[in-house]
Amino acid sequence: MIITVVEIQDNKIKKTSLEALSLASKISEIKGIKICAVCIGSDQLPVELGSYGADEVILPSAEALENDQITSLILQISKDKSASHIVLSLNSTGKNIASVLAAKLNAGLISGVIAVQAKGSDVTYTKNVFSGKATATYSIPNAVSVIAVSPNSIPVLSDKQKIATKLDTRFSIVPSKLKTLEKRIITGKTPLAEASIVVSAGRGLKDPSNWNIIEDLADLLGATTACSRPVSDIGWRPHHEHVGQTGLAIRPNVYIAIGISGAIQHLAGVNNSRKIIVINKDPEAPFFKAADYGICGDLFEIVPKLNEAIKKYKSNT
Amino acid sequence: MKILVCISKTPDTTSKIAFDSSNKKFVEDGVQFIMNPYDEWYALVRGLELKEQLGGQVDVIHVGDQNSESIIRKALAIGADAAIRIDHTPVDSFDTASQIAEIAKSRGYDLIFLGKETLDHNGSEVGGLVAGLLDWPYIAYASKLTQQNDTAIIESELEGGVRVIECKVPFVMSCAKGIAEQRIPNMMGIMNSKKKPLEVISPIASEAKIEIEKFELPSGKASVKMLSPDNIDELVDVFKNELKIL
Ligand SMILES: Cc1cc2nc3c(=O)[nH]c(=O)nc-3n(C[C@H](O)[C@H](O)[C@H](O)COP(=O)(O)OP(=O)(O)OC[C@H]3O[C@@H](n4cnc5c(N)ncnc54)[C@H](O)[C@@H]3O)c2cc1C
Repeated sequence: MIITVVEIQDNKIKKTSLEALSLASKISEIKGIKICAVCIGSDQLPVELGSYGADEVILPSAEALENDQITSLILQISKDKSASHIVLSLNSTGKNIASVLAAKLNAGLISGVIAVQAKGSDVTYTKNVFSGKATATYSIPNAVSVIAVSPNSIPVLSDKQKIATKLDTRFSIVPSKLKTLEKRIITGKTPLAEASIVVSAGRGLKDPSNWNIIEDLADLLGATTACSRPVSDIGWRPHHEHVGQTGLAIRPNVYIAIGISGAIQHLAGVNNSRKIIVINKDPEAPFFKAADYGICGDLFEIVPKLNEAIKKYKSNT
Repeated sequence: MKILVCISKTPDTTSKIAFDSSNKKFVEDGVQFIMNPYDEWYALVRGLELKEQLGGQVDVIHVGDQNSESIIRKALAIGADAAIRIDHTPVDSFDTASQIAEIAKSRGYDLIFLGKETLDHNGSEVGGLVAGLLDWPYIAYASKLTQQNDTAIIESELEGGVRVIECKVPFVMSCAKGIAEQRIPNMMGIMNSKKKPLEVISPIASEAKIEIEKFELPSGKASVKMLSPDNIDELVDVFKNELKIL
């Protein structure tokens, strides 16, 4: 049995959880074992779970749980079901619980998984290593595996013809040693780690007041904004926008880099983006080597022109 | 506060990444190893700041062979009081964590800090494993810590924001940007580091729970397609027809 953690927020299944479920489905096909989805954050059965691959669903609590309470629930359920695989997203919840679960289950742990393959009747797991400069593929000889899936890496598939059965087994919610005082959401937009389009800018912008053209472009494309490290270090942009080796590692479908040189530490956080577009006035900027499309020129001319052209295109369609 | 900081070694960020002919082993020849920056800049420095605020002791622990000694000395030069090296090349993160937990169990630490991940395996696995093995709470990707006696208020990563959590010692915390600023060791620190205790301890038995099948380098990108800055419609066209984002 595979146990998958499915987080529900504002009555919607988190996209990162659907990614985890899609990966669990592949394991389930290779191993011929069933999937039990444990829903956190709601006690209403999401009927569509079957189409994503869940065979059974457990809805332990409607209440918001602390991470250690989620860990304890998954442990109880894993034991009850003699689970061989625990699959969850390496989102902020997963980062807090995946490795703790692995310790408690004496499990083989791989976090940051971007793909699975069949090797005979076994499964191998691929993840990025060396800050995106290579991949590693592992097998898990251990009896129990904990697999934490890298966000934005697995296509979500809802083509399964299953009807998920709701189980009524009760599990106990243990008292928590943690107390969440507040969840402070900083942006109203799609969080950077989940964004499919990212518009990012660097020191080439010269001054924080010049960011309006970047924000306009992001709004026109429905993108989330990001920045290089020096720009967040000097306070031109908020820290949570900083991508790269020391900041957030992201893998959007489209990454548009404007006035960023493309230093190796910056690339470490973005080089897994599916397509990279670079706008830079220096033909020698290293970023062009990592790009799919490039425009060499002055961003202060190109970006406003681009915004106008997109507006014009949108008003004609 | 008695604080244990876990430090690991990783290849320098600019290292050439290459594997042996079996594709199962990273080629270390000519690679410059450094202390994992998140362990150094964030976990160690925040530990030292806490000691300065509340008194106590900061120990560093490393699982690795004696080639790591320069990294351990650097941690002592930055300000750690004592170091422990488990003389063992770990087989996986579970092994590393088991070695650390074994030591932590008997030595009365209040806090264990480490970096959010290492630059090589990028797993962020060891922190939670240590916490799980010790049955302590774990807080990942902390960007701010305020400690009053035995109670901590921690800000940690949440999609698009931060989660503010209260937690009592003991706990394990992985440290991310914002929690502290890098400290450069000074001459005095470097001199003193040579006199500080470095204990070498034999490992406990371990067995690998995961096995490497292969490492792979990405196939090189097709070369960049340059578009004209004077004909912006070309880019709009790419957005529309090739990237399908319009
Ligand atoms: C250990 C370590 C970790 C690091 N981690 C990170 C990290 O996580 N993320 C990160 O981003 N950096 C990181 N760095 C810093 C990194 O090495 C670079 O210094 C940084 O990425 C450069 O930022 P930038 O490209 O915005 O600025 P610059 O390197 O100054 O580049 C500005 C670019 O803008 C272009 N430009 C200027 N004016 C215009 C114009 N009018 N039109 C078009 N283009 C223009 C220039 O040609 C240039 O290429 C790290 C460094 C170290 C040592």
